[in-house]
Amino acid sequence: MSMTAEEPTTMGRIGRLMVDNPLIPLVILLFALIGVLAILNPAILSAFWVSNTLKIAIPLAMLAACQTLTMLTGGIDLSAGTVATITAFVSATLAPIIGVPAAIAIALSCAVLVGLLNGFGVAIARVHPLIMTLGTALIVNGCLLVYQRFVIATGVQIPEVLVWLGTGRSFGLPNSLFVFVPFAVLIIWAQRRTGFGRLLYAIGSNEAAARLSGVRVWQVHFLLYALSSVIAGLTGLLYLGQIKTASLSLAIPLDLPSVAAAVIGGTSIFGGRGGYGGTIIGALILTVLTTMLTLMQIPEGGRRIMFGLIILLVTALYIRLTDRN
Amino acid sequence: MTRLIAGNGWTLGLVGLLALLLVATKVIQPDFGVSGLDSVARSALPFALATVGMAIVVIAGGIDLSVAAMMAVASVTGAVLMEGASDGQAVLVVVVVLVVGLAMGAINGALIVLTRVPDIVVTLAMLFVWQGVALLILNAPGGGAAPWLRALIVGGLTLPGVPPALTQWLPKGVVFLAICVALVWVPIRRSKLGLMFYAIGSDPLAAFRSGVPVGRTRIAAYAVCGLFAALGGLSVTMSTGIGEPIPGPYLLASVAAVVLGGVVLGGGRGGIIGPILAVFVLRLVRLDLTLLSVDPNVAAIIEGSIMVAVVMFGAVLATRGRRT
Repeated sequence: MSMTAEEPTTMGRIGRLMVDNPLIPLVILLFALIGVLAILNPAILSAFWVSNTLKIAIPLAMLAACQTLTMLTGGIDLSAGTVATITAFVSATLAPIIGVPAAIAIALSCAVLVGLLNGFGVAIARVHPLIMTLGTALIVNGCLLVYQRFVIATGVQIPEVLVWLGTGRSFGLPNSLFVFVPFAVLIIWAQRRTGFGRLLYAIGSNEAAARLSGVRVWQVHFLLYALSSVIAGLTGLLYLGQIKTASLSLAIPLDLPSVAAAVIGGTSIFGGRGGYGGTIIGALILTVLTTMLTLMQIPEGGRRIMFGLIILLVTALYIRLTDRN
Repeated sequence: MTRLIAGNGWTLGLVGLLALLLVATKVIQPDFGVSGLDSVARSALPFALATVGMAIVVIAGGIDLSVAAMMAVASVTGAVLMEGASDGQAVLVVVVVLVVGLAMGAINGALIVLTRVPDIVVTLAMLFVWQGVALLILNAPGGGAAPWLRALIVGGLTLPGVPPALTQWLPKGVVFLAICVALVWVPIRRSKLGLMFYAIGSDPLAAFRSGVPVGRTRIAAYAVCGLFAALGGLSVTMSTGIGEPIPGPYLLASVAAVVLGGVVLGGGRGGIIGPILAVFVLRLVRLDLTLLSVDPNVAAIIEGSIMVAVVMFGAVLATRGRRT
């Protein structure tokens, strides 16, 4: 690093590489981390470990899709973890009463409702997305507490199909890949090839310019936040199958790592740059990093400090690199 | 001149709203009196101090999302150091906590200025960092507080030489708040620094060209916010007697109170009195809901909705203001 710091051209070239093609350095970082892990504990690396890491990383990567898409427009969705939690909780508690398909349908419509509320706040009232989604998360959490008392006696049923998806394995790989691979392909295709995806980049790069070229920005925001909530809801269902308990704070601990995964993956928090491919690698990096921290017995507090510093460091680095170019 | 009247009109409106809510409380609960007022003041104290800190940063054109997390750090630092300490040592602890608060705020500000990352991102990242720090200091609620600190904010005011009946109705919590604001904010507001806060809030470029050191002023604004967050954290420890490592709901509440208090998100306009009044308005709404025996969870939903509505309204106003 000291060599490159003295030569701005090399630094600039690395910077351009990072910005234009963030996947290469990210994959290198991922393998470096796995290498460190192998040195710390050689016994840990196995096919089972790989499959397990994938299994843990998939809900994180899906939730990070919410952050990636909203960040492309310069927003953020801090209600994603809460939405995932209500979807999981509602479907698990309603399933014994009205059956699995109806329960899942109702749970997902709750998610859509929250998304529409977020969309209204961001698109029409023009509240900063961060504050708006934080606020809806607060309201939704209150609703969840009230709802919980009505279903406290009904018991909980985790739908079989979700358990199969969440914990099952076929050919040594987790079944959640059956959901995740089509999902990831769809998201990457949508962000690169569809009009909606390009509008996200356009709004994130320059909202005023997008508006002047005839984009109805509020419609895009509305749709985007509703979509983000649906993704969060799906993540909640998958996560429910994986954890197999319906708790009131199921996916909330994933909130912060999902932001971190998107930021590490090269999506700019100011919008207009990044993509879902990087986010997936970012989620894998975070999962490996968490394993490493657990192995080194770092307490929860230390982990939070690290996540915060990673977000700050990576964002600062991207700003420096893009300024130089 | 018209802006002055409009600004005072807003504050007067809040005073009216507050009086209306007090009357409503009295109607709902006829024996609402001195002790009720005292408990409202005590529960509002951390909210009010967080709001003052937030208001100062917003006036200077920023926002600090880490305010609740800094309060948690201050609260646990105070509680851990004070456990088993003598009264004299406790004074020292208070000073240490305030310095820690100033330092945390200054770190936030310095990171914003040095990294050139927008304030909202930096303070979001620091929110997690301070949360982690609080958890590292104290893993679960615990610690202690010196009894004289608790006596500072509990009960009615008694002054030597004045008959207690005259001052008893005034909760010490309100007096404590007034003293904190008078000691910290009033001197700043009167000095050049206060003017510079407003200057960088309304137009950083213009402020820079008139010779205001924008970076240093911004760091100072965040440091003052950290100081108030530390006071807020201390007040949590003072009223509960323990340190609380998990941040309370102070972030959104303080943003809502700042907006309701007439400070424009985006900076440069508004004062401190309005947001403080707004805190008491929001607390009284909560109290009335409780007195009407609304389920506390439902009350939380209503309160959250009010806050979101207030912030939305403020954002609409800010957009309007930018257009005209």
